[in-house]
Amino acid sequence: MGEFEVHRVRFFGLVPAGIRCLACQPHGARLALARTDGAVEIYNFAANYFQEKVIPGNQARSVEALCWVAGDRLFGAGLGGEITEYDLFRLCVAHSVDGGGGPIWSMAANNSGTQLAIGCEDGSVKLFQVVPGGIQFGQNLNRQKGRILCLSWHPSDTHIAAGSIDVVRVFNVSSGQTVQRIMMNYRVHKVKRECIVWSIAFLSSGTVVTSDSFGRVQFWDWERGTLQESHTVSTSAVLSLSVSEKEDSIIVGTSTGATYQFQLLPVKTGSLEKRWVRTKPFQHHTHDVRAVAHSSTALISGGLDAQLVIRPLVEKMQKKGYDAALRKFTFPHRCLVSCARKARLLLFQFSQHLELWRLGSTDKTGEDGEVLPLCRMPEHLVQLKSKGPEHICCSCVSPCGSWVAYSTASRFHLYEVQYNGDSVSVKKVPKVPKLLLPAYQLQFSADSGSLFIASAQGSVHVLQLLEPGGCKHLHTFRPLSGCPEAVYLLAASADGHWLAAVGGDWAIHIYNLKCFKHHCTVPTYNCAVTALAIHPVTNNLVIAYSDQQLFEFSIPEKQYTAWSRMVQNSGLHKVWLERDSPITHITFNPKNPSHILLHDIYMFCILDKSLPLPDDSDLLMNQTTLKQLPETARQWQLHAFKICKKFQPLLFADLLDENCLVMVERPIMDFKTQLPLPIQQKKFGT
Amino acid sequence: MAALCESFTLCGLGPSGAVGLGGGLLALEPGPDPDHVLLTDRGRTATLFKVSDQKPLGCWSVKHGQIITCPVVCNFETHEYIAVHDDKVLRIWKNKDINLDKVFKATLSADVYRIHSLPNGGPVVLFKGGGVRTLDVLLEAPQQEIENIISDEIIKWSEAFMEGQQPVLIFATEKDGDFFVYVQKLKMNSLHKYKLEQQELSRPLSFTAYIKNQIITLLCLYSNDSVYEVLMPLQQNSEEEQILSKSLLLKLSVSGSVLKGTSFVVLDKDHIAILGSLAAPGEESKECLTIWNTKFQTLQTSKELPLGTSGQLWCYEEKFFFTHGKVLTVMMYKCETSSLAAAVGKLKDSQTPDVSSFVDWNTLADEELVVSFQSEQSVALKSESKMTLRSKRNTVAKVQPDTLSVGQILLNLKDASTTVFENELRQLVSKAQMPDFQASIGCVITALIKRCKTNPKYYPQNLLLHIVETRDLSYSLCPDLMAVALEKKDVHLLQICLQRFPDIPEEITYVCLKVFLSISEAYLQTTDVNLESVISYTDVEFNNKEVKTEIVENGFNAELEHDIWNTKITKETHPMADGELCPVGPQKAALLNAVLQSAYSEAFLLPHLKNLPAQQAVLFLRYLYYLYVKCSEKINTTLPGTRCPTISQIMDWMCLLLDAHFTVMVMLPEAKELLSNLHKFVRAQVRFYSELNKIEGSLQELQRRNHERDSQTYSIEVLEFI
Repeated sequence: MGEFEVHRVRFFGLVPAGIRCLACQPHGARLALARTDGAVEIYNFAANYFQEKVIPGNQARSVEALCWVAGDRLFGAGLGGEITEYDLFRLCVAHSVDGGGGPIWSMAANNSGTQLAIGCEDGSVKLFQVVPGGIQFGQNLNRQKGRILCLSWHPSDTHIAAGSIDVVRVFNVSSGQTVQRIMMNYRVHKVKRECIVWSIAFLSSGTVVTSDSFGRVQFWDWERGTLQESHTVSTSAVLSLSVSEKEDSIIVGTSTGATYQFQLLPVKTGSLEKRWVRTKPFQHHTHDVRAVAHSSTALISGGLDAQLVIRPLVEKMQKKGYDAALRKFTFPHRCLVSCARKARLLLFQFSQHLELWRLGSTDKTGEDGEVLPLCRMPEHLVQLKSKGPEHICCSCVSPCGSWVAYSTASRFHLYEVQYNGDSVSVKKVPKVPKLLLPAYQLQFSADSGSLFIASAQGSVHVLQLLEPGGCKHLHTFRPLSGCPEAVYLLAASADGHWLAAVGGDWAIHIYNLKCFKHHCTVPTYNCAVTALAIHPVTNNLVIAYSDQQLFEFSIPEKQYTAWSRMVQNSGLHKVWLERDSPITHITFNPKNPSHILLHDIYMFCILDKSLPLPDDSDLLMNQTTLKQLPETARQWQLHAFKICKKFQPLLFADLLDENCLVMVERPIMDFKTQLPLPIQQKKFGT
Repeated sequence: MAALCESFTLCGLGPSGAVGLGGGLLALEPGPDPDHVLLTDRGRTATLFKVSDQKPLGCWSVKHGQIITCPVVCNFETHEYIAVHDDKVLRIWKNKDINLDKVFKATLSADVYRIHSLPNGGPVVLFKGGGVRTLDVLLEAPQQEIENIISDEIIKWSEAFMEGQQPVLIFATEKDGDFFVYVQKLKMNSLHKYKLEQQELSRPLSFTAYIKNQIITLLCLYSNDSVYEVLMPLQQNSEEEQILSKSLLLKLSVSGSVLKGTSFVVLDKDHIAILGSLAAPGEESKECLTIWNTKFQTLQTSKELPLGTSGQLWCYEEKFFFTHGKVLTVMMYKCETSSLAAAVGKLKDSQTPDVSSFVDWNTLADEELVVSFQSEQSVALKSESKMTLRSKRNTVAKVQPDTLSVGQILLNLKDASTTVFENELRQLVSKAQMPDFQASIGCVITALIKRCKTNPKYYPQNLLLHIVETRDLSYSLCPDLMAVALEKKDVHLLQICLQRFPDIPEEITYVCLKVFLSISEAYLQTTDVNLESVISYTDVEFNNKEVKTEIVENGFNAELEHDIWNTKITKETHPMADGELCPVGPQKAALLNAVLQSAYSEAFLLPHLKNLPAQQAVLFLRYLYYLYVKCSEKINTTLPGTRCPTISQIMDWMCLLLDAHFTVMVMLPEAKELLSNLHKFVRAQVRFYSELNKIEGSLQELQRRNHERDSQTYSIEVLEFI
């Protein structure tokens, strides 16, 4: 079909932040995750664990604990000493209240969702009433020395267990008094060492489960203060612990990167006496597992190696399928790279700065797999540092390369970049219009003449870019019916006619840019949109959903195309549907209108609509097989999906011109070396 | 290169023979199992033969007055035999049935031309009127009407194939000099008729066909001494009768003589075999069997059949079957992929590797040689006719005159004088193109050795050396050679043998070692030994020695010195403390190297090695230690020069020697210092290598990192999508 010159880029030095805490929405289908840089992410179990929302981090705001309260309110607390409520529609901090006890190490909500308990540096446990629109200070529990590292409510909401250094205390909520004090003694050769209780859980049976820095998971009777069971799972600390809703299974995470499952099992079959048994060990992480969560069907763990691992409990699965697969997420489900096709520039988005690179070039051609000699090396042109503690939410470079825009939670910046031979000058565009911020996605039009800004409440602003270095607010699109959620994906047509916008409610609105009118809405599909793009020739909108379905919607005709219907009728290949990472970018080859180029983290695919779809008996990834076949035998084996898995993990891929591709890779080993060293473990033979 | 191999008689055909009763053969069909054939004569009898045993396994006859009209075939699925007698009566029986009168009988409504049995498709019956039925269909209603589709044409030939799952039947008919070909696909019930392109002044004599890639290739042998090829696609859509055009495949003429073929078979894609009579102008024609290469239009091989044939030729399982005189002869053939070189006979004797890699053990001894060549043919003797005997002699004389002459010459030379004997043998040995050359050479050597044994003074060292050096011999081919050489202390020959023979028994290796160690240096200096394995690392010592001798002679009595040399086990003149000088002379070293490099098995060598006298063991160990130190001097632990022992060979022998003489070494005072030096050296080496090991780990890691860095950050690659 054709040869491409692939610019294999590995100089995007992205280091994803480690995972600090996890919180499963009780009875819900969402997982909240906080990273060490303060970013909060929401994953939707129902949408194939798609990373639905990202609240950008903030240098001044660490998150040590996350709590879902009253169904869908999310609170976070951190070493800044503040309790923060997040606005999940606008993806920003709704409001925050000072805890009044110094840095907050732990936070727990009671079962009824009316109270929040925080454990502070000064040793106090404070209760806050959850009220509509905020929280109010309620009471202080009996304060003693030692920071409170972990908290757990008894399911009846009458008692709180708090873990500190060397000691676990149980408080009576109504009286505020300490009713039990359990010493976590640990003596080695008569030298007493500090025992840190890293995590705690209060079971309805009255058992308190603790995990500590000596690698022990212990079960205590809180009323008598006696040890029931003790399991040493690791030689290093057990950092995190989570109990299933039925209280029959526990997952713990250790600082060696291993996680273990404990299960409450009968001593003998048929016996009523049950004991906790360590059942399954998993080693998915290389670094500390600081956070674990136990959903009804899966063990979830997050480590400082930035990996989120979702390990389904196969015994809870009805059938083998998409949900039963182990999945690991390291990189965000959206693009942090934008590409100026004409100028051959790449813009990399880091948490607090942007990097603009010019690609190298070659004057040679070669055969498949050959590495071509470079005649010009890639060049780092500009580094733009964002001021202030806020992280960058989104960024974009215009196709001509002369405009760069980015936004943080409270500010929007537009720069004009000028290239004079080898020197590059960056000029900030003054007086950008005051808009409702933050911006969630930025997109330049194909002619670099306007900028589309995805904003809250489903609105999209259109800015006109003016030479030299100016801009003007042209219009703001809003969905007719109104929408509380923010727009998170944009796609503009090459002819400047159409704009597609997807909001958090997954509705796709199409606007006419010529007459600034709402054109139509794509029929609702009950799954998250992961990528979309408008075909430059046919103006068909290609949509990838998180359940791996692909749709093609004709904008002029306001209906799905015949090809799309054909795909839905015959169904996509089983292997395609079972992939575990979403399509994050779609692009087209204007010289080959039947081709759709798409990619996820693990593969790059050219979808040739002119070829038949593979059925389940065909080999989906057949490129290697095809290459071994003689030319004449190939055509019987050809099918629409041409998949290349050579580039992994693939953060971004785009078409520069008709036979030139750019692939941005971030090898796992490259960023692992930049993480702090994990605990050294003696391995045999080293 | 195609070749005709040995032949044997399957059975006699005359009135006295087992089958035929003078009527000749009707046809030969494959039997139920491999290596079995079914023979039908032009009378009442069908016989099942096991070919390799030349043995009839079963014989069935129809009643007097009845005649089998169609070759008996075997249904490969049921292992039943099917025959038709008197054109219409079908008989089916099994192996255990004896009397054909009592077996299944069905009378059909039309005359049967032939039955074709297909390995996976069951038997197919072709009627004389051109109708075709599978046997199953026919047996359901034997009296069913069979259509006549060819009116008054006469079937000349037919053949059946399996194409995929369906049987395909092809037959040729004749009417008034016109030939037609019919292709019938049974499952699809489709019939196509073709007319064969007319050829002036000649007509087809014989047909054969094969199917490949959905195309039927029909080969026709014409009366104008040519083979034509006709291609017919199996998928045929048009209903009309088409005229088939033919192309000339092969012209059957060789340097003026023309082969008048009578029947022919296809051997592979490039070879056909033709039975016919070769007529050269001015000579009377001779019947012969020929193999032709169609790709290069060459005659590959031919065999005269002076007793005449019936003109029929069959071929199954790489064997030809034809009548020769009054017997049915089976002849094996080989047919290899053809290349131009092979076709013009210039291929570098593709058979030689076969011959040299395998030794026919029966042809070793000279007396047996003649007998064995006879015995090869003796299969033909089974049938006692004089004619057969004569034919055998003819073939022997013609096909293998050279080989036979080896045996004969040797026999003749038994009593000849030494010079005549050697001259003859030299001539014999220089003939490279002898078939079965290895075995013949073995015989020559055996004859030589025998003469040596009977005449103790006779020892043709040069001739033996010449033979051993130029020919790839093995110990087993001439087992006495080394024994005689040991007896004569011919160390040079022993050295060559050790270097060249792959299969010397450990006992002989040991004896060689012992002889080499015990033989005096003075004797060795006078002998001619190949020194190439030592020359490059003992150079320095020669010089040293010379210098030393000079000095010594200046101050000492040379005779006294000599005595000390002999008694003191070379301790002073060959100091080993720093491993500088070789403990043995270069000749001895070269001989010992030959032993070190010969193949052996530890378990078999060890018991012999234990018998080595202690002094010799110490000397040998000393030499091994010397070699070991020499090896270790170089970074790549190899000795300089060619044909040097490798360090692992040296180490293996050292371990083996220490194992064999452990207690002796411990007790022996003169071994003490040697062992302690050896131990020190080995210990130092072990330490050194363990240090190297550590460095290697670090270096590897560095290299790995370096390599990774190289391929990182940015590259432009080519990616192809198909």
